[in-house]
Order: sequence, then C-alpha cells, then structure tokens
Amino acid sequence: MAGKSELLEYIVNPLRRFGSNIVGACRDLLPIILVILIFQLAVVRQPFPVFLDVFIGLIFVIFGLALFVVGLEIGLFPMGEAMAEAFARKGSLFWLLLFGFGLGFSTTIAEPALIAVAKEASMVAANGKLIASDPASMGSYALGLRITVAFSVGIAILVGLIRILKGWPVQYLIIGGYTAVMIMTAFAPKEIVGVAYDSGGVTTSTVTVPLVAALGVGLASTIRGRNPLVDGFGLIAFASLLPMVFVMGYGLILFR
Amino acid sequence: MELLIKFGHTLVLTVKDVFPVLALLLFFQLVVLRKPIPNWKRVVAGFVFVLMGLALFLDGLETALFPIGKIMAKQLSSPEFVFGSKTAPPGAPWHAYAWVYIFGALIGFATTVAEPALIAVCYKASEVSRGALSQWGLRLAVAVGVAIGIGVGTFRIVTGTPLYVYIIAGYVIVVIQTVFAPRDIIALAYDSGGVTTSTVTVPLVAALGLGLSEAIPGRNPALDGFGLIAFASVFPIMSVMGYAQLAHWLELRSLRASRKER
Repeated sequence: MAGKSELLEYIVNPLRRFGSNIVGACRDLLPIILVILIFQLAVVRQPFPVFLDVFIGLIFVIFGLALFVVGLEIGLFPMGEAMAEAFARKGSLFWLLLFGFGLGFSTTIAEPALIAVAKEASMVAANGKLIASDPASMGSYALGLRITVAFSVGIAILVGLIRILKGWPVQYLIIGGYTAVMIMTAFAPKEIVGVAYDSGGVTTSTVTVPLVAALGVGLASTIRGRNPLVDGFGLIAFASLLPMVFVMGYGLILFR
Repeated sequence: MELLIKFGHTLVLTVKDVFPVLALLLFFQLVVLRKPIPNWKRVVAGFVFVLMGLALFLDGLETALFPIGKIMAKQLSSPEFVFGSKTAPPGAPWHAYAWVYIFGALIGFATTVAEPALIAVCYKASEVSRGALSQWGLRLAVAVGVAIGIGVGTFRIVTGTPLYVYIIAGYVIVVIQTVFAPRDIIALAYDSGGVTTSTVTVPLVAALGLGLSEAIPGRNPALDGFGLIAFASVFPIMSVMGYAQLAHWLELRSLRASRKER
C-alpha cells in the first residue's frame, strides 16, 4: 500500500517544484507569443482567431512545459543515468551496444515526423520519375527510407557509445561524416538530397534526446578518464549526421 | 469537454509514440540488467509527468500557436501581401521580401527558446559543467544560430541559389571553428545542431518554407521547401562555438588585464 509519506515523496514534492517551473515556462514561451502578437498587430492585421481557444491553448502549453521539466528531473534523467551506470558495472559491451542500437532504431522507426517526410519523399521521387507512381512502389520506397533512417540512427548511437568508451575526439568522426555528406551530395540524385538533409533533423525526438543525453553523460562520468562534458555529449550529433549519409547511400544504390 | 476529449486523444498518441522506448527500457532493465532502478516509483511518476506534459504541450501548441503561426507564415509570403497583386512579378528584387526574412529569423529564435529537447540538453550541460555553462547563455546562443539560419534560408529560397553551396560553406566554417574552439564545447555544439529542429520549430518553419516556395514563381515546393531545416541545424553549431570562443577570449583578456595590474 502506498503510504501517505510515499505519496508525498513521489508526487507532492516534485509538484512543488512545478510552481517555479511554471514561471520558467512562461519565460520560455514569451518570445513566441511576442513575435506572433507583434506581427499580428503591426504587419499582417488579420482578424484574430477565437481568443478563448488561444488563451486555453497557451495555458496548456505552459503547464505542459513545466510538467515536462519536472518529469525530466525525476524520471528521464535518473533513468538514463542509472542504466548507463548499470551497463558500466555489468561490463558487457555487447548488451550496451545492443541497447544503444535498439534505442536509436525503435524510437526512429515509428517517429511521426519521419513517416511524414518519407511519404513526401516518395511523392517527390515519383514526380521525378525515379520510381513508378503507383501506391505499391511508392509505399515500399517510403518504407525503405524509414528503415534506412532508423537503422542509421541505431548505428549512430552504437558508434557514439563506442566513441565514449574509447575516448575518441568527437570532431574527427563528425568532420569525417560531413566530408562524406559533401562528397555524396555531389553524386546523389537531386530528388533525394533534400530528403536526406531533412531526415537528419527529424530523427531526434523530445523523449529520446534527454534519455540519450543522460546515457552519454552517465557513461562518461562512470568510466575513469572520461570527461562528461567533452566525451558525454555528441550522441545526438551522430544521430542527426548519419541518416544523411545513409539516405543518400540508399538513393545511390537504388537509382544508379 | 471537447477539450478533454482532444487532450485524451493527444495523450494516447504520445503514449503510442513513446511506447517503443518504454518497452526497450523495461526489457533491458528486467531481462538484461536485472537490477532495480533506484527510486523506481519516483522514476515512474517522472515518466507520467513527461507524458502528460508533452501531451498538454502539443495539444496547446495545436490549439493556440500553430494555426496562427502557419497562417502568418503563408500570408507574409503571399504575393498579395508582398506586392499587393495576385501573382509575384518575375524578377522581383530579393529585398521585397524583407518581412519574410525578419519573420523567419524571429520565429526561428522564438521557437528554439521553447524547444523542450533543447531545454533538456542545456539543463544537462549546465549540470555537468557545474554551472560554468549557463543554461540561458547556451539556449540564447542556439536560438541566435537558428534565427540567422532561417533568415539566410528564406533568402536562399527567394533568390533560388543552390542549397548545397550554403550548407557546404557552413560546414567549412564549422570545421575551421572546431580547430580553434575550446575543447569542452565541441561535442555540445554539434549536439545543439541536432536538437533545435524538433516539436516546436519544425511545423512552423516547414510551413514558412512551403508557403514561400509556393508563392515565388519558378520555385519547386518539393525541392525548395525542404532544406530550411538543414539551415536550422548547421548555424547553431557555429553560434554555440562562437559563444564559447567569445567567453573564452573575454576570460583570457580579463586574466591578462589582472596580471598587468599586478
């Protein structure tokens, strides 16, 4: 049975911080509200949509952001760090890498933004006569893109974790990756370049980012000789770089 | 009541999106690590907060900000607003679209400041550096980068110059900066490029890119509409490294000044 003190510890105390987070959330949203308001009043001067809806919506956004930050502090961050530490203790490279790959792959394959981009991309490719414009071949092209991107994010996290363990400087890998992107841009079909660049941006979702950041930082703090700031970050950068390389590779294999 | 139903719907969708992560975490925790999570009840409460918070946040954005933001992005780039005529005259000068660049830069800045994933990364960075890197300083640096990126990106759509020229120039600058930037900031700067383009920024920026490339004669929305997001992920890398270099340089200068006094 959950006693009164447990309720206090797990629900009430975190919610106390909620108050100060509300202030923070208001401050975070102020710029958007100002930009939209100023442009609305001074430049566009269109009739304002239903005021009550907008007001309620803003309250939702502010509460949501504040709750999210509380959840980060007591849920996502401790979880990511606890797992990093447990993996380091267990000392099994295989399971750690499998976990990293799984985290990247599973969060990406079902990502709604990626599904939208892949669908859009299949239309672009059909218009460019790269693939037949019947639903079946467009569908399989879109699915192929999604699997390629998810696979590349999995590999990115995996490589990023190896990098933390070995202490390789992040810039060599990233600059190498950029060089690959530039060379491939020159050869890849034009229809896939835009999609490739965008797929790098859509892969990192709001729940994955804190987990991945906590995992990297946790791992770098547990391993002797690693600096959490220098070595712990960088996983997200890999996860947004590698999809570009893989998607252009997919285009090159498929269309050349 | 209607609001509650809509919220319930968003909550279900959010849970569905997060489900693969939860399943993976549970599998590894229970089957592979077989070690209880310290304070697991608190962690579960935290996950519930995150889910509820995200659902509320997305729902609120959908109701309050996205509709107006998208309409504005469309209106500002429409020929009727820019030229007062039904179609854009061919060969219009690039500065006719000044409002679009300004709006793009400001909306890029504003959405980045509210981006939850960026809040998470800056929170962690400030914690790890024991406060040496300020959360706000970092977030503002990233937001300035996105603002410049979107500003330049909309200019590119208007002028129709090829995307890869800008992106390659951006990467070259990033490589040069990497050589000179303080070591601590490099990984974080690269990460900040990836987290900027998320829940809040992408829908509004994509609407701006699509609206703009539909309005300007000779642009292909499918090809030119893409790519704004790439701008929003390259420029923050530069601005974060620039911010760190500036902070480093100021520190050195004050150090030298204090030495001279002695």
